[in-house]
Amino acid sequence: MFKIIKQLTSLVAMFAVLFAFSTETMAAKKSKTLENTKKRGFVRCGVSQGLPGFSNADESGNWTGIDVDVCRAVAAATLGDATKVKFTPLSAKERFTALTSGEIDILSRNTTWTLSRDADIGLTFVGVNFYDGQGFMVRKGSGIKSTSEFKNGTSVCTNLGTTTELNMRDFFDSRGISYEPVVFEKADEVVAAYDAGRCDTYTTDKSGLAAQRTKLSAPDDHVVLPETISKEPLGPVVRQGDSVWEDIVRWSLNTMIEAEEYGVNSSNADMMKTSNNPAIKRLVGAEGELGAAFGLDNDWNLRIIKQVGNYGESYKRNIADTGILPDRGPNELWTKGGILYVPPAR
Amino acid sequence: MNNILKKFLPQILAILFVVLIFGFLTINAQTNMDNRGIDFGFGFLSQESSFDVQFSLIEYSGSDSYARAFLVGLLNTLLVSFISIIFCTILGVIIGVARLSSNYLIKNSAAWYVEFFRNIPLLLQIFFWYYAALRALPLPEKADAWFGVTYMTVKGYYIPAMVWENLNVFLYCGLAAIISIIVLRNYANNLRDTKGKQVPVLLYSIALLIVLPLLSFLFGGVSLEFELPQLKKLSKISYIYEGGISLPPELIALVLALSLYTSTFVAECVRAGIEGVSKGQKEAAASVGLTPNQVLKLVIMPQALRIIIPPTTNQYLNLTKNSSLAAAIAYPDLVLVFAGTALMQTGKAIEIVSITMLTYLTISLTIAAIMNWYNKKIEIKEK
Repeated sequence: MFKIIKQLTSLVAMFAVLFAFSTETMAAKKSKTLENTKKRGFVRCGVSQGLPGFSNADESGNWTGIDVDVCRAVAAATLGDATKVKFTPLSAKERFTALTSGEIDILSRNTTWTLSRDADIGLTFVGVNFYDGQGFMVRKGSGIKSTSEFKNGTSVCTNLGTTTELNMRDFFDSRGISYEPVVFEKADEVVAAYDAGRCDTYTTDKSGLAAQRTKLSAPDDHVVLPETISKEPLGPVVRQGDSVWEDIVRWSLNTMIEAEEYGVNSSNADMMKTSNNPAIKRLVGAEGELGAAFGLDNDWNLRIIKQVGNYGESYKRNIADTGILPDRGPNELWTKGGILYVPPAR
Repeated sequence: MNNILKKFLPQILAILFVVLIFGFLTINAQTNMDNRGIDFGFGFLSQESSFDVQFSLIEYSGSDSYARAFLVGLLNTLLVSFISIIFCTILGVIIGVARLSSNYLIKNSAAWYVEFFRNIPLLLQIFFWYYAALRALPLPEKADAWFGVTYMTVKGYYIPAMVWENLNVFLYCGLAAIISIIVLRNYANNLRDTKGKQVPVLLYSIALLIVLPLLSFLFGGVSLEFELPQLKKLSKISYIYEGGISLPPELIALVLALSLYTSTFVAECVRAGIEGVSKGQKEAAASVGLTPNQVLKLVIMPQALRIIIPPTTNQYLNLTKNSSLAAAIAYPDLVLVFAGTALMQTGKAIEIVSITMLTYLTISLTIAAIMNWYNKKIEIKEK
């Protein structure tokens, strides 16, 4: 029944595509999506069905995670209140249709930026909020220490509709190893199947492995292998065609990262208004007219930093302090040996 | 003139309306996809799919095309539907007849079975069989051999594979057996109609089916060997069986759930069919001296089948469509492989969803056509 409802939903979504597209026309410097968002009073954001650290809901339905924070930042910038976000949990399979059909306005759901996704299917990636790579998790007792020890007939559990499925095939094919892909629609189903011994290994993005490991019945009996078999730059996505909205989302994310670079955080943001550094003053809306470019007021970036915090705060709160990935690795600022580097806000 | 207008105007208007709606939808979709830079087209079907599928009836790898991936999904859907239809029919007939039994225990067990399995949502049953029942199975290295050579494990059911030599000779013998059975039946019918003599056709048929293929082994050079599944070590703690055939647990769970669920509806159809034949028919047949077996075979069943077939067709159609729930437990059917992975990798939502819908429609119409043909065959022929 569930499936039928889902199919119905996608059918409705399809018709929504047919009807809704034509009504959205673009005027210069005016974003229809922004107008609709203001009228509606909340930002419509697509997230995962539960990935600790990235987008995860607690018992009372509060969403947290670094993907969630991107949407909150956009809400703070456009509506002045970071809590005015409606989150829609989506499976990997549903996510792009939900965005292109207009069911959501931002997809912030650990989505890998690839050429075909960016160019082919009516989407635009606005940036990267997490640099990731695909890895494998195995049982400690198996004694496997490296991916080179996989043998013919290994069964591999993973998610449907992801780049993971393709990387996995590249990996095993290039090594001439036959394997059995067991592909589930939901992450929780993958975890349950792997936990029960259906599969010898579980593959997805390494951050995902670290997060899902906490859901296993005995997390300490499992280990993530050291190899990374792919590049997975994860970032928020918007619909193609509304370049102003695209800019708003891109620069909301960039503001969080640049704020960390200049040492501006949620507690000192107000004080930074009187800073001697013009770059910092621009970042907290005390200099320049940056917001006007998107049709926003001048405090848009200050609100992001005050209500959501900078990238470092978001990372610490969601990923480091929860024990998922205490080490920032490549997701450290470029000034500190990482590859997090954003264009200047000026 | 006025009459012709009255006759055709509403129909022309209706056609115009339908054409306009479809035209509007198509043009709208076209413009909007153009705006978003989405191309419409079926060219992707010949592109390399670059993903693998767990279980396939035909040779398939990631270097094959999306069209072949579609075929893999379609065959898997047909496979699970076919097996489940056979099981649910056998089970359904047994339960349906059992519900009419005069034995209190049998009658009530059958009733309980029906009420239990048809009132629990199918998806829950699939989850139950996959996540609860099959999860309780042992790991490959701990599995006991069933019938000495098969192993039921959490990773699947491993059975010996058959290695044939001169399989075609064997198949020809099988074909010859079937043809001789048809000839025999016609002869027996003829004999009964003209001379009133009964020939035990069933007994002879079974004998033919066994003897002819057996001869092919003795004289036709046919040989059959079994390749047994062998335990293989993958790592310190993980094992798998190699050789033989492996039936994935996803397939088993799906077949179990679909057959048990649909068999309850088939059982009700069977019961309704048998009860629908009036009691007088049975009494009349008995009074002309037919044995109870003959009464059932010659009088009750031919009439009951007429009532049973149409609603049972519906159940077969439902079963086939319900098999799309496979995606929930990772069985690579049409929805999972094509409307899932392929859709995600290509982004061709409208094309793939339409192809999938058309495919299910075709499967359903085919089943309906076969069942209608059968229904025609058994319905009352007025002479």
